[in-house]
Amino acid sequence: MDQKSQDILIKAHGLGVRRTGRWLIRNVDMSVRRGAIVTLIGPNGSGKSTTVKAILGLLALDEGHVERLAGIRIGYVPQSLTIDRMLPLTVRRLLTLTRRAGEDEISRSLAQVGLADFADAQVQHLSGGEFQRALLARALLREPDLLVLDEPVQGVDFSGEIALYELIREIRHRLGCGILLISHDLHIVMAETDEVVCLNGHVCCSGPPHSVAENAEYRRLFGPRAAQSFAIYRHHHDHTHGAHGEVIPLDGGEAGRPAQEPVHEKGAADA
Amino acid sequence: MLDDFFSRALIAGIGVAIIAGPLGCFVVWRRMAYFGDTIAHSALLGVSLALLIDINVTLGVFVVAGGVAFSLFALQRRGSLSSDAVLGILSHSALAIGLVLIAFMTWLRVDLMGYLFGDILAISKADLAVIYLGGAATLAILALIWRALLAETASFELAKAEGMNPEFARIVFIFLMAAVIAMTMKIIGVLLITALLIIPAATARRFAANPEQMAVLAALIGIAAVIAGLYGSLNFDTPSGPSIVVAALLLFLASLLPLDALKGALNPSAGDRP
Repeated sequence: MDQKSQDILIKAHGLGVRRTGRWLIRNVDMSVRRGAIVTLIGPNGSGKSTTVKAILGLLALDEGHVERLAGIRIGYVPQSLTIDRMLPLTVRRLLTLTRRAGEDEISRSLAQVGLADFADAQVQHLSGGEFQRALLARALLREPDLLVLDEPVQGVDFSGEIALYELIREIRHRLGCGILLISHDLHIVMAETDEVVCLNGHVCCSGPPHSVAENAEYRRLFGPRAAQSFAIYRHHHDHTHGAHGEVIPLDGGEAGRPAQEPVHEKGAADA
Repeated sequence: MLDDFFSRALIAGIGVAIIAGPLGCFVVWRRMAYFGDTIAHSALLGVSLALLIDINVTLGVFVVAGGVAFSLFALQRRGSLSSDAVLGILSHSALAIGLVLIAFMTWLRVDLMGYLFGDILAISKADLAVIYLGGAATLAILALIWRALLAETASFELAKAEGMNPEFARIVFIFLMAAVIAMTMKIIGVLLITALLIIPAATARRFAANPEQMAVLAALIGIAAVIAGLYGSLNFDTPSGPSIVVAALLLFLASLLPLDALKGALNPSAGDRP
């Protein structure tokens, strides 16, 4: 994979967030390099959003700390966002909420997510999927070093989901940014993901997608059925990953050999 | 012309409407109407304290309203606040304490009605200077924090994650609100200040396609309400604050009348998508 550099954009050391006497997350270590896609999965209440908010500095930490690359530019697509009906906001104005931009930048950004004609539409008139894409266009307009997507395919139908994964893949190639993705679905992970981090209050396992499906703790957490239905959404069968220092694949099954038995291919296997 | 009380009231009212328009939009967008009420009611406490220690009333109101606003903000940040109940308690107790304090100061003859409902006779040249200088400063500061405040209004988390410093924008906004309330009190009265913030903004909503348009329209609608209300107050010998609010309400109701045809003509993009 063409990593522009091995810059570590953001690195979390032993994050712990405690609310009302309960640890929402604890001992969470993870990092995102430039050009890498990291996918966070985990059951409901496992602390995925909490982890991301802690990394973004939206929550006060009770333990640990976050290192950020100096001057890092972050594009954030929150899980949900409600614009009050009293606030008149066109899509164009939504895109420029946190950054100024020229007209052509705006239309390019909107075209990328398939909303080319929507610049003058009021955001309140967008459908859920359109609004989600508008939020993505907004984050892209910032030309971020790190793109953080909190359940971007939530409420998007299956074909929309594939299109979105396709788009994320393309964004990584074009911008060369790091991408931190929270997946709402335990069972589907983009094949381009360099690292899957499976959370359950702590990091239960992490590694390249195929290794996670075979991880004993993952199986224990979600049951063998889940592991069997764990799917990797692939574009390239011949896609390979370089070695990642941080993870040892359990079966020694190097990338390149497509998924092992429990891993089913999903969706269009075309390039 | 400034020697005429009515001209002074008119000029002051117009100045106040210009400031209240954009700020009121944020009050509406952020659903802070009750918050605004609470700060406004605390203004009466500011009046009585200012009279008690004999300082400028506008300054007293600003200090007390700013203090109350800041404590509310701090309480909300700590998340230990069931906002509605605490706002209700603070709002009414501030008003009550203010009234009780004034009643205690038997040596002073205070025109209570003037403070509660506004008094066009009360506007001095000094008040005009405060409104226009203070107002210009208020709008300049609002312009400086506009982008951050708007981003924070749309989504605090988004603004924070992307480095907009939303907390700062929020604190500044709260003090701007206290300042506007201090400047507006004499003409509208503490009980009705929030109406001048909210009604013109709500009236402007349906004609605006973006936040900036709404702010400008709200100021213009506020000016119209002030002019109509003050003439009404003069003609019918009614208190100025309620007259202005009634005029604003009539404009708001009128804005509900125009049908989709007019709306479509003014704002063609709004009707495109269902």
